[in-house]
Amino acid sequence: MRPLTFQNLFLRCLALATVLFVVVVIALKLGAVPVSLYGLGRDLVRALLGQSSGISSDYGMIVIDIRLPRILLGIVVGASLAVAGTSFQALLRNPLADPYVLGVSSGAALGAIVALIAEPHLAISPEFAALLTPFGAFLGAAASIAAVYFLGRREGQIDSSTLLLAGIISASFLSAVILFLMTTQIGRDMHGIAFWMMGDLSTPLQQKLRWVLGVGFLAAAGAIYTTASDLNMLLAGEKEAMHLGVDVPRVQLVVYIAASALTGLAVSVSGAIGYVGLLVPHVMRFIFGSDHRMLLPAAAFGGAIAIVIADTLARTVVAPAELPVGVMTAMAGAPLFIYLLRRRLA
Amino acid sequence: MSVQAATRVANDASRVGGEVRLSVEQVSYAYSANPAQAPLFTLEATSFQARPGEILAILGPNASGKSTLLKLISGALEPLSGRVLLNGFLTHSLSPKTRAQRIAMVQQESPLLFPSRAWEFVLQGRHPYGRALRFESEEDVIIARNALAQVGADHLSDRWMDQISGGEKQRVILARALAQQPLLLLLDEPTLHLDIGAQVDLLDALRRLAAANRYTVVVVTHELNLAAEYADQVILLQRGKSLRIGPPANVYQRELLEQVFQTSLSVDLSSSGRPRVNVLPGT
Repeated sequence: MRPLTFQNLFLRCLALATVLFVVVVIALKLGAVPVSLYGLGRDLVRALLGQSSGISSDYGMIVIDIRLPRILLGIVVGASLAVAGTSFQALLRNPLADPYVLGVSSGAALGAIVALIAEPHLAISPEFAALLTPFGAFLGAAASIAAVYFLGRREGQIDSSTLLLAGIISASFLSAVILFLMTTQIGRDMHGIAFWMMGDLSTPLQQKLRWVLGVGFLAAAGAIYTTASDLNMLLAGEKEAMHLGVDVPRVQLVVYIAASALTGLAVSVSGAIGYVGLLVPHVMRFIFGSDHRMLLPAAAFGGAIAIVIADTLARTVVAPAELPVGVMTAMAGAPLFIYLLRRRLA
Repeated sequence: MSVQAATRVANDASRVGGEVRLSVEQVSYAYSANPAQAPLFTLEATSFQARPGEILAILGPNASGKSTLLKLISGALEPLSGRVLLNGFLTHSLSPKTRAQRIAMVQQESPLLFPSRAWEFVLQGRHPYGRALRFESEEDVIIARNALAQVGADHLSDRWMDQISGGEKQRVILARALAQQPLLLLLDEPTLHLDIGAQVDLLDALRRLAAANRYTVVVVTHELNLAAEYADQVILLQRGKSLRIGPPANVYQRELLEQVFQTSLSVDLSSSGRPRVNVLPGT
């Protein structure tokens, strides 16, 4: 018997943080413009010390002002999607659940687009206008997960295949609505369409949204983490969990709202990036086991690592052109989804 | 009566005793598709009491209300009328955590979403005692280890739950219930899918544990003869009505059982002095 201890948890997280750091350094170095490791280190130290005047070179500008913010955005988006995926898998008792596959990301994208369209017509102060998109995305995510949940129930029980089917159909319906709105309201814009449907990290984030994203992630992921041990019990079913002392409706509500918020936040700043929420929890479960006290932080780190790698590839493989990051995650994620599905049916 | 049986009866007498622990008072329940319609199923007012160390068996044909009665006792369902008291507290009104510290439920096997090891599974029984982030303490580990030892499953500790036999799994599930250190142990058809040897093993373990730890045990079962062997009291249900409650000898009467189970049978005494039912097919 070797139950999880705090020390154990801390050391594993430290190891994952180290991996993330190495990946970030490599991602900073790689790109259309080559940067030396020495120059990279010097510029980073200067930026950390607030001596931005010391960074005179164009290379420094590229690293600090373009690559670093994009990588930080990728870290938060990847962590959000992976934690949301882990939570949906436990909440719906379905190992194939993921914000993208279930249509939750599409719901969030639609919510964000509706908010964008409605914004000029609403009399709200500019401070709050920036918050409207993430809030719309949260509502879209919450509504679509509720819809998929009720469509996926048969005789009061969640049926695994019906749930996935309901998710895939919702995603396709929502994508049609998104394309309709993009064409009629915003004007045909290939970049915009690719952003919302495939996910993309190349759009710089507004200053205000950085705070919303950071604080929102910490609050929502923290809320989910308080239920980590209850989620372990929920894997065996609602009845089992209740008899083991879990306040099932409370846990479900907390996780449902927080996971929807994480999806909404991620989608509102990066579009619907697929499969991270599916792939990462499975890899982490394989390495660390299915105890959510360990799995949730591991998924957060893993999601960050996965997105930073995927986005670096998206920036570099067809340089000087760029691919949306979702192209990379879908190319890796979809075959894995098929593999997991086949193994489950076997 | 054999010597062995005589010792056991003496043990029974010393095992059961003391204050009333579980008190079911005029409890009724009704299921309905919607409130405007007549209920699809009703459980009529039922009353009985149980003391520490006592084993109760709930018997009856399918759809007689056995599982409903067990859910009412567990507090998962709120009675339509009447009340269920455990040491004087309403089971339905306890918080989920407190309830799980006092009542453990062994349900019909539920599939696991992700594989887990037997020791992880048993440690789940300590969940209701955890605080905040709930890292298990040394004490939790000792209790879980003892629970596995008490059901004779220490050797299974490191095995995966999906790679052990049905009987072994049932022991581990029982160990998790023991790790909850409950006052009341509820079991819903625990011997289903087990071969006769594993059934007897499990019930022997249950009787030993009820005596050693002073659990009150309520078990829903289809096994008439095993219930007669192991239970101190039997509750016989038919279509939501409790027909008779009492020691097996009072409940196991040929006419009554024939009428409830709709089959010809005979009742005689086993070597331990308990009633034994023989089904007479085609008569």
